[in-house]
Amino acid sequence: MTVDPAASPSTRRRVFRRLLRSPQGALCLAWLALIVLVAATSPWLAPSGPTVADLDAANAPPLTPGHLLGGDSAGRDILSRLMWGSRQTVLACVIVLAVSIAVGVASGLVAGFYRGRFEGAAGFVSDVVMSLPGIVLLIALYALTGPNIPAAMAVFGLLIAPTYYRLVRNVVLGVRNELYVDAARVAGLSDLRIVGRHVLWAVRAPVIIQSSFVLAAGIGIEAGVSFLGLGDPAGASWGIVLQNSFNGIYNNRWAVVWPALVISVTILALVLLGNALSDVLQSSARSRTLSPRRRRAAQEAAQPGDAAGESIPVGSSDDVVLSVRGLRIAYPAAGGEVREVVHGVDLDVRRGEIHGLVGESGSGKSQIAFATLGILPREALIFGGSVLLDGDDLLADPAKMRAARGRRIAYVPQEPMSNLDPSFTIGKQLMYGLRAVTRLDSRQARGRVVELLTRVGISDPERVMRLYPHEISGGMAQRVLICGAVAADPDVIVADEPTTALDVTVQAEVLELLRELSRERGLAMILVTHNLGVVADLCDVVSVMKDGDIVERAEVDDLFRSPREAYTKELLSSSRSVELMEI
Amino acid sequence: MALSVVKNLARSLAVLLVVTFATFTLMFGNGPGIAQAVLGLNARPEDVQREVVALGLDQPLLVQYWHWLSGAVTGNLGESFYTGQSVTEALSSRVPVTLALVVITLVLTVVLSVLLGVTAAVKGGWVDRLLQFVSVLGTAVPAFIVAIVLVFTFAVAWRMFPATGYVTPELSISGWVKSVTLPVVALLVGAVASAAAQFRTAVLDTLGRDYVRTLRARGISERHVIFRHVLRNSAGPGLTVLSLTTLGLLGGAVFIEQVFALPGMGQLANQSAQVNDVPMVMGTVLVTIVIVLVVNFLGDLTTILLNPKARTR
Repeated sequence: MTVDPAASPSTRRRVFRRLLRSPQGALCLAWLALIVLVAATSPWLAPSGPTVADLDAANAPPLTPGHLLGGDSAGRDILSRLMWGSRQTVLACVIVLAVSIAVGVASGLVAGFYRGRFEGAAGFVSDVVMSLPGIVLLIALYALTGPNIPAAMAVFGLLIAPTYYRLVRNVVLGVRNELYVDAARVAGLSDLRIVGRHVLWAVRAPVIIQSSFVLAAGIGIEAGVSFLGLGDPAGASWGIVLQNSFNGIYNNRWAVVWPALVISVTILALVLLGNALSDVLQSSARSRTLSPRRRRAAQEAAQPGDAAGESIPVGSSDDVVLSVRGLRIAYPAAGGEVREVVHGVDLDVRRGEIHGLVGESGSGKSQIAFATLGILPREALIFGGSVLLDGDDLLADPAKMRAARGRRIAYVPQEPMSNLDPSFTIGKQLMYGLRAVTRLDSRQARGRVVELLTRVGISDPERVMRLYPHEISGGMAQRVLICGAVAADPDVIVADEPTTALDVTVQAEVLELLRELSRERGLAMILVTHNLGVVADLCDVVSVMKDGDIVERAEVDDLFRSPREAYTKELLSSSRSVELMEI
Repeated sequence: MALSVVKNLARSLAVLLVVTFATFTLMFGNGPGIAQAVLGLNARPEDVQREVVALGLDQPLLVQYWHWLSGAVTGNLGESFYTGQSVTEALSSRVPVTLALVVITLVLTVVLSVLLGVTAAVKGGWVDRLLQFVSVLGTAVPAFIVAIVLVFTFAVAWRMFPATGYVTPELSISGWVKSVTLPVVALLVGAVASAAAQFRTAVLDTLGRDYVRTLRARGISERHVIFRHVLRNSAGPGLTVLSLTTLGLLGGAVFIEQVFALPGMGQLANQSAQVNDVPMVMGTVLVTIVIVLVVNFLGDLTTILLNPKARTR
């Protein structure tokens, strides 16, 4: 959500133009502009004064000549009263915005920039104010000031200021430690100029969006307070018009429609404008998942056999357990485009083979791993290809994928701590998983989990099963996850960087465990990694990935001895230099 | 855990003291003004002076606050400046009306918003977009406008429900149900709209977690992943949403009681404020704040109980 501090006034114009181009934004702005215009011109344009009573027009229905929206019980023209009332609405908006921004933005800037004791105190005050029922306090205030809408709006501004405070403080905290503020510090700019130039700029977009919602709340409160009878009964405001009409609803039911409509539409316009603004200013907020129609269209567009041209020949052999053919995966990208990240990959894994899948981050290796398990994120598009388990295509048949997942193909994730459900004990979640894929009852499942935990090197399984994920170490968590993966006695394990997040000593132990499990159970394994040391240590065969393609495949010794591709050589030499640096 | 509960209690108590003191100072700060309002604008200055003394408004504010506070602890909140009615007594007939309204709405909100929020997050697609659109509408339109639309449709045009008035449940259960149906629906629309949207976000956040992917990879059925794991892990943020919803409902009830002429706390506060009956107003402020603090405290407590990290510490 970082805003480029070098953005020029022309980007501001562009934002405004984009807002106008969206029908939602343009309509909302038009309505709000109309309200402001009416407020400014009502002394001249309103058909009559706000309190002029014409007894003939009492309870007049809409479209009565001279009274377009009819008259209220005292014979006052409803249209005129609404037009005059918009003045109070605009005034209320100005007061709420001025007070809440002055207090909230200023305190948020100070708290975020200087932190310390001020931040603590301001945080407490803002928590307290946020937890108060504002309207009750506004009513209490009435006892003090009498009918005084501006005072009530000023107090409401104070009550809602914490929303700005929190927003601004969080943005400033984020920006504070970013490079350009540091650079400005080093360059010797004073705090005030840093705040003025950089921080205010970053804070601007969220404040504008927030203001739209604050104004919506302000108008609701202004109308509500007047409706309760806390406004000046002689004046005209939307809330008072609503109250008068509501009291006479059995005599002239249409009279409530107009004020209710004006209030609702204006609030809605502000809320929708806020949403449109946040779409324009913070485009990342929207989910990128395509609609089913767009998905089909994208998939059809991708069909004409332009699958990756030169594919590496794969050795055909009878003991292949898992094979991937022509797998293509894409994701929706910015601007409605679709970007393919895996371009028709072939991969064969034989029984008992540990197959390394190496490449830089972003080369698509994790995507392949997820696809073989059917656990790609919802927005992912599979453009083609197949995942064959003993010859059965899992991608073509979701039921087969479900039957294989967890039972025949298992998964060991990268980051052990975030892959255990924090709300359940280790024992519970392992037993849930085991019972989901076997017919064991809970006693048998418990016995099996104890046995497996012992096997993966946990010495006191009974105690560990009672612990929650946050109570165990990363190494132990990875053992637990490996235990969960081998629980149903699978044929293939897909391990996605299984040791990256672990300490070096623990890494070696976990790799040893994976090697042993593979040997004793005849497990095939796809080992996704960027660490060539791990590959040399563990793998039988290696596939090297670059930009969504497999560029080289070889037995591990051959690859290290005589890499064919330039990219593989580059990868090998860079990994050696990293190793040297680490020593 | 015991420590955080004690800390929480102490904090609530501090907030209670700070807020009641601030409100008290504002409301009782202008003794002669209050006396003038009680006696009417035409009262002579010497009568006003006598009334100031009679009402005890001539004492230092701290002393007055101390009197009020020590009374409040024993359940005595003073008497109305107008009717002489005990504030505690007045509140004891008003608070149940408002609480019933808020609690019924809250229970329905929980059921509906969890249902809608989970459906939107899990189904995605047009279901999600429709619910998001409806929730923007429901959140934006203030409760009193919704209430007026309901009165317009169901009471004035179709005459299915009484427009206004309240029937105590002691008098007639069915009459009571009829008299609170429209008010509850009016409060429900906004509450469900905003709670469902927030709950949807919480569920989406949980769905995106690594462990959910791992649970799926382990072969656990989608139904179990959602109902056992995702719901359980979305409960924490969900509780925060409910605390905020309760706060919103207490505020909304003030307007709803006005529309439907329900003899609740909000109506009492409004009527008392309009005649400057400060002890009454002060009483309603106190009760409202106590309710809010209790709800927040219970919310925090449940969050701690639900979170193994906080519980086992």
